[in-house]
Amino acid sequence: MAAPNPGPKGPRVGVFVCYCGKNIAGTVDVKKVAEAAAGLPGVVYATTHEYMCSDPGQELVKRAIREQRLTGVVVAACSPSMHEVTFRRAAQEAGLNPYLLEIANVREQCSWVHEGPAATDKAVRIVRAMVEKVKGNHPLTPVEIGHSRTCLVIGGGIAGIQAALDVADAGFDVILVERSPTIGGRMAQLSETFPTLDCSQCILTPKMVDASRHPKIRILAYSEVEEVTGFLGNYRVRIRRKPAYVIADKCNLCGECAKVCPVRVPNEFDQGLSERAAIYIPFPQAVPSSYTLDAKNCLGLVPLTCGECAKVCEAKAIDYDMQEEIVEEEVGAIIVATGYDLYPKEAMAEYGHGTVPDVIDGLEFERLLSASGPTKGQVRRPSDGKVPREVVFIQCSGSRDPELHKPYCSKICCMYTAKHALLYRHNVHDGKAYVFYIDIRAGGKDYEEFVNRAMEDDRILYLRGKVAKVFREEDKVMVWGVDTLTGKRIEIRADLVVLAQAMVPAEGTWDLARKLRIACGSEGFLKEAHPKLRPLEALSAGIFMAGAAQGPKDIPEAVAQASGAAAKAVGILSADKLVHSPEVAEVDEDLCSGCKLCAPQCPYGAITVDEVAHVNEILCESCGTCVAACPSGAMSLRNCQDEQVVRMVQAALAEG
Amino acid sequence: MRGNGFEPKIVAFLCRWCAGAGADLAGTSRLSYPPNAVPIRVNCSGRVEPAWVVEAFRSGADGVLIGGCHPGDCHYVVGNYKTRRRIYLLQKVLAEVGVEPERVRLEWVSATEGARFARVMREFVEELRALGPLAMNQEEKALPPQGGVHA
Repeated sequence: MAAPNPGPKGPRVGVFVCYCGKNIAGTVDVKKVAEAAAGLPGVVYATTHEYMCSDPGQELVKRAIREQRLTGVVVAACSPSMHEVTFRRAAQEAGLNPYLLEIANVREQCSWVHEGPAATDKAVRIVRAMVEKVKGNHPLTPVEIGHSRTCLVIGGGIAGIQAALDVADAGFDVILVERSPTIGGRMAQLSETFPTLDCSQCILTPKMVDASRHPKIRILAYSEVEEVTGFLGNYRVRIRRKPAYVIADKCNLCGECAKVCPVRVPNEFDQGLSERAAIYIPFPQAVPSSYTLDAKNCLGLVPLTCGECAKVCEAKAIDYDMQEEIVEEEVGAIIVATGYDLYPKEAMAEYGHGTVPDVIDGLEFERLLSASGPTKGQVRRPSDGKVPREVVFIQCSGSRDPELHKPYCSKICCMYTAKHALLYRHNVHDGKAYVFYIDIRAGGKDYEEFVNRAMEDDRILYLRGKVAKVFREEDKVMVWGVDTLTGKRIEIRADLVVLAQAMVPAEGTWDLARKLRIACGSEGFLKEAHPKLRPLEALSAGIFMAGAAQGPKDIPEAVAQASGAAAKAVGILSADKLVHSPEVAEVDEDLCSGCKLCAPQCPYGAITVDEVAHVNEILCESCGTCVAACPSGAMSLRNCQDEQVVRMVQAALAEG
Repeated sequence: MRGNGFEPKIVAFLCRWCAGAGADLAGTSRLSYPPNAVPIRVNCSGRVEPAWVVEAFRSGADGVLIGGCHPGDCHYVVGNYKTRRRIYLLQKVLAEVGVEPERVRLEWVSATEGARFARVMREFVEELRALGPLAMNQEEKALPPQGGVHA
C-alpha cells in the first residue's frame, strides 16, 4: 500500500510489518499497523509479509528499497538481537546504507506479552517512534581497525590447555596464564576418569607437555591477570608474575631444597591430606618443571633467617632477590577457563561442618585413590590411616538444595561417585560401599552403563534418599538417613564418608569477570551471550569461555567447549580486518566550550580535551554517557541524537 | 486508554544489554504485563538525558521508566552509576515543578530477569493508576522547552 504525496527531497521511509506466522499476527493486527504506518509523514511505503526474515520477505524489502528509492527502512518484527544483522545486510545488498535500517521490536516486547486492541495500539506506537528515529539516522561506514594476532588464555586446566593448543595449532601465538605454579588444574589431581577409567594424569600430562613445548605457546605460570583494557582485537593486558624465587631454567628438580626446608604446611595439591615444604613442586610432572618458593610460608627471604634451601642448591637456582614483574601484552581475543572449586564442606552443618576428619570431599577421595597421592593409591582414612571397611558416599551434598545451599545440579557427581565407589571396591575387596542419591543423572555416552556396572558388578548399594545427619561416634562416623523407597530409617556406622560437594566457580572468578567487564550469573558462573546459541561467548566481543567457569561440566564437555572457544578466537585472530561500530560519540567543535565535563564520564578514556573535546572513535564503545553530561549540546551519539529521541518520545505518546 | 479506568501512558528507556534484554526474555517466556509503556532502546541507561524525561511528561506521559543494568554489572562499567545520580537529581527538580518523583522510576533489570521486568511493569502501572493522570497534562500546562535540564 503506497502512501500519497512522497516529497521529492524529504525522507522516503518504508515500513515492513512481519506476521511471524502467528507469533505477531496472533495478537497484533499487523495490517492495521501497516495502514497506520502508511499514514505517517515521510513514510512512502508500508506492507506486511508472513515471514519477513524469509528469502521472499527479504526480497520484498530489497525490491522496495530499489523501486521506491527508500531513504530509510523500519522492519517491525522480532527483537533486533535476532534479525537486525539479517535486514541490515539485505539493505546493503539493495544499495541502502545499513545504518538507515532499524528494527521495531513488536514481538518480544509487544505481541508475546500483550493481547487485544491494546497490543496493536502499542505496536503502532513502537513503529511510529522507530520511523522518527530512522528519519534522523545518517548513513555510516564501519571503522576498520587493526588487531593483535595473539590470544590470551586465562586458566591452565584441561580447558585452558586444550584451547591454547588449538589456537596455537591454528598458527597464532598464545599466552597461557595460570595462577598456581603449574598448569594441569583439577584434572591433574584426579585418579581415574569415568567412564573409561583412564588414568587422569596419564592422559593429561602429554597435553601439558605439548603446551610447554609448543613454539606458539608462552606459559606464564604463577601469574595473574591484573588489568584488562581495550576492546575486541585490541585488548591490553597487564599480567602480574609472582616471584617464584627459583630460576626455572636452572632448577634441575633434584629436590634437595625441599628436604632441608624446615617448614611444613598443608599441601594444596593433595587437598591438605599431606604436607609440603615452603619450597615445593606440586607434582613431579609439573609444567613449568621447576620448584617454587612460597614466600608466604617461607621463614624469611633474608638468608640470615634460614637460607637452607639456597645452601644445598647445587644448580644455584634459588634467587631470594627475585622481584614481582608486570608483563604487558596486546591480545586480540581472550579465552577464560578458570575452572571450579568444591563448595566447602565447612558449609555443611548437617555433615559435621568439616570438623570430622573422616568426612572428606570428592577431591580428597580422588587424592586417596591416586597413585601419586598421599597414600600411594591405597584407600586409607585420614584420622588413623586405617583401611575403611564401610564407606558411605553422599551425592548432591550442597547441590540441589535451594534452601540451604546451591540450587543447581552439579552434573558430574553421579558419575564420579559411581567411579569412587567402584574404585574403592576394587581397592578394598571386602569393603562395603553405600551411595545415597536423590536421582541418578547419568546422561552421557556410556555413562548409564557405567553406573549400572558399579551397581551390579561391583555390588554397590544405592540408597535413594537424603542423609539427615553425619557425626562422629568414637572412631566411627555415624550416618543417619532415610531410604525413601522403603520408607525405612537407615543408620550406618561407617569408617569413612565421602561428600560429593557441589561445584562452584573457582575463587576469584567474579573479580576476574569484573576486570574483563563480563558478567557472572546468579551463582557466580560466567554468563554466556546466549544460553543456547552463543554458549561460548561473553557479551563483550572477543571474550570467550570454556570449562567449568561457565557452569558445572565434565572433562569431555570442557574439552569440547575449549576447542569451540578456540575456533571462535581464531575467527577473530585470522580476520583480515576487524570493524568497529561507527555509531559512536562525536563532538561539534563549534559548540564545545572545552569544559571537560565529558572526559571523566568515559570509562574507556576515549575522550581527550584541549581547546575542545575529541573522541577516539576506536576506543568509544557508544554508551553515550558523555553525551548526557554535555551541558552545551556539543557531544552527540551518532544515530541516537537528542532530537531523534525527543521525536521518538513524541511519536510514542501521540494520540491517534 | 482502555475501559473506564485511567490507563497511564509510559515511556520506557531500556538499555540494550540488561533491561532491554530482560524485556526480551519476558517476551520469550510469555510473561504478560500491561501494555502501557512504549519501549525506546538506548545503548546504556547513562545515555538517557534528563531532558528526554521532561519531554516525555510534556508530551503527555504519566510516567517514565529507565531500565539499566544492576550496579556493578553495567556493560559500560559505570554508566548506570551516572544514571542514578542524574535521575535522583531530576526527581528533585521535577518535584519542585509539581511532578511526583514516583513518576520517574529507575529500575535495575538484568538480562536474565524477564520475570522481574514483567513485575516492574505491573507495579509501575499499578502505582501510576493510583497516582492518576499527571496534573500538568490535565491542565495543559507545559514545562519550559526541552534542553534545559542536564546532569
